[in-house]
Amino acid sequence: MYEILSGPLVWVAFLVFFGGAAYKLVRMFRLVRKEKVTFDYMDTRYGLRSILHWIIPFASKNMRVRPVMTVVAFLFHFCLLMTPLLLMGHNLMWFDAWGVRLPSLPDVVSDVMTLIVICGGMFFLSRRVASPVVSYVTDGSDYLILAIAVGPFVTGFLAAHGWFPYELMMTLHMITGIVWLIAIPISRLSHMFYFVFTRAYMGSEFGAVRNARDW
Amino acid sequence: MELLDRRKVEDAGIDRGVENLTPERIEKTINAVLGPASARIEVFLQTCMHCGLCSNACHQHLSRNCDPTYSPVAKVKNTIWEMKKRKGKVSPEFIRQMARIAFVECNGCRKCSMYCPFGIDIAFMVAGLTRRILHLLDVVPLYLQDTVNAHAETSNQMRVQPDEWIDTLMWQEEDARDEVVGARIPLDVEGADIMYSVIAPEPKILAQLLGNIAQVMKVAGLNWTMPSTDGWDNSNMGMFTGDFDTSGRIEQLHWETAMRLKVKKVVMGECGHAFRGAVYDGPRYCGWKKPPIPMVHAVDFYHDLIFSGRIKIAKKFDKPVTFQEPCNIVRGAGLGVKLREVMNALCSDFRDVTNNYEHNFCCGAGGGVVNAGPPWTKTRVRGNRVKAEQLEATGAEYVVTPCHNCHTGIEDVLKEYDLKMHTKFILELLVDAMEIPEELQS
Repeated sequence: MYEILSGPLVWVAFLVFFGGAAYKLVRMFRLVRKEKVTFDYMDTRYGLRSILHWIIPFASKNMRVRPVMTVVAFLFHFCLLMTPLLLMGHNLMWFDAWGVRLPSLPDVVSDVMTLIVICGGMFFLSRRVASPVVSYVTDGSDYLILAIAVGPFVTGFLAAHGWFPYELMMTLHMITGIVWLIAIPISRLSHMFYFVFTRAYMGSEFGAVRNARDW
Repeated sequence: MELLDRRKVEDAGIDRGVENLTPERIEKTINAVLGPASARIEVFLQTCMHCGLCSNACHQHLSRNCDPTYSPVAKVKNTIWEMKKRKGKVSPEFIRQMARIAFVECNGCRKCSMYCPFGIDIAFMVAGLTRRILHLLDVVPLYLQDTVNAHAETSNQMRVQPDEWIDTLMWQEEDARDEVVGARIPLDVEGADIMYSVIAPEPKILAQLLGNIAQVMKVAGLNWTMPSTDGWDNSNMGMFTGDFDTSGRIEQLHWETAMRLKVKKVVMGECGHAFRGAVYDGPRYCGWKKPPIPMVHAVDFYHDLIFSGRIKIAKKFDKPVTFQEPCNIVRGAGLGVKLREVMNALCSDFRDVTNNYEHNFCCGAGGGVVNAGPPWTKTRVRGNRVKAEQLEATGAEYVVTPCHNCHTGIEDVLKEYDLKMHTKFILELLVDAMEIPEELQS
């Protein structure tokens, strides 16, 4: 089981992740070329200006009026992307597989970052339940996506700290990790790579066409 | 398929339209619009995380005590998501509800599109796509559809007849000459520097604005003209119902008129949607990337007149005054700074509002909602309590509204919330404040 998960299935997951992302982006570009009112108005400068204002914490008004959400959302996404890349244990695997070595995080830092992701997930979950606006537009897929996003962090943390049988937790960690990678291109987690383009579109519409700010 | 708990409002256009629907027609129409692969629709739907961060952009949501069913994302849920999920198999009652959401509960002000962290064009989905489907299903508010029909029949929004148009211009020219010697409204002057175009409510119900502009043009010494033929109306109601054919025809006629007159630029009166229609949507309908001739909005034009010194200000308006920033020229054209400079040049006690520039709230009338007519007036003004609070906080006595939609919308808000304020166009302030040279004084 462990061998299959850590061997071929991981490769399959990476293949789906990269292949799926490439497919979606190529499809988007091909479709958007046909839309005369979208592609022709895209503008690099204003697209980037908009992206910048929305990837810097508190650089847009909507972030300033929701400070808690802004802090949690930025920490959550930063840790969610960085922890799996820079975790010591993963780094050894990158080296084994590709001979690439990235800087590794000390265990205590990666522990804190993992906890931030888990707590961030709980914050989003509580928002889904408690905020009338959010709960009104929430369906099963929203809970599932949240569970998929946070799953590997919970299982990884438990495995690393040996609170449950190591083999079992590690197997669960790998399953949730594989699901995580596969789900990104096939679910709304694809906002990971789409958001750059949607934001750039709005930035171009506001900046290049309408001479206005959109942050 | 959830139906919202709303007090029923009778609207013959929507009610009769719904009566004529069949399940087959609904399904076929929805799938004709949402079926074909579209980058925008796909990416918008797959990027939305249902986070609700768009909600605090919406004046209708905020004004109704943050009722979740009025948030922008809820409007997408109750229109596009549901139609997509059910592959077009939705009930006629659901279509009735969609009409209310798209034509009354969304002004298409685009603030939510801007507030979405991902920049998903929410307004495009609700006020654009959904209205397009409703137009194809013939489920459109009666009064709004009537203005589109007027465009189709007479090439203007209010069925102003050709003789009435010319007659009104001559009458207003005469009135203008009582104030400024030699003021004229020159018709069809080929090669003039400026073609001045207006929306149909000006000749129909606010004709004095035409006389006012004649005074301003004379004092500024400009070489201008107005068309005597159809094509003088720059408003566009088809744009609001998703009637691309009528909408495109109107814009094409307006631009072809300007090109026939070989003018250097088109200056337009104080209107927001007309600017959007003529500069953004219109050219796109006609297959042009940009307008064939530069178009200048009234605010931009007044700014140039005042700051170039062509018009000198003799006496500023001295009552406390605030303003409404029209979405289509502030969030839609970045004219916020110039608008303030004009206000300060014309008024000695101008009071800015909180939540301003691109973050200002819509007047509640925009996006064709005011044209949905009397059946919806109460619903509309109740959806804009935040505007009343915002204006009241300034303590001003006058509200300047450089847009016809805003003008009506703000007047209705003032009435509903019993605010002792009055509305004015900038042009009214300008004619009162400008210095008329001695030789032109009558």
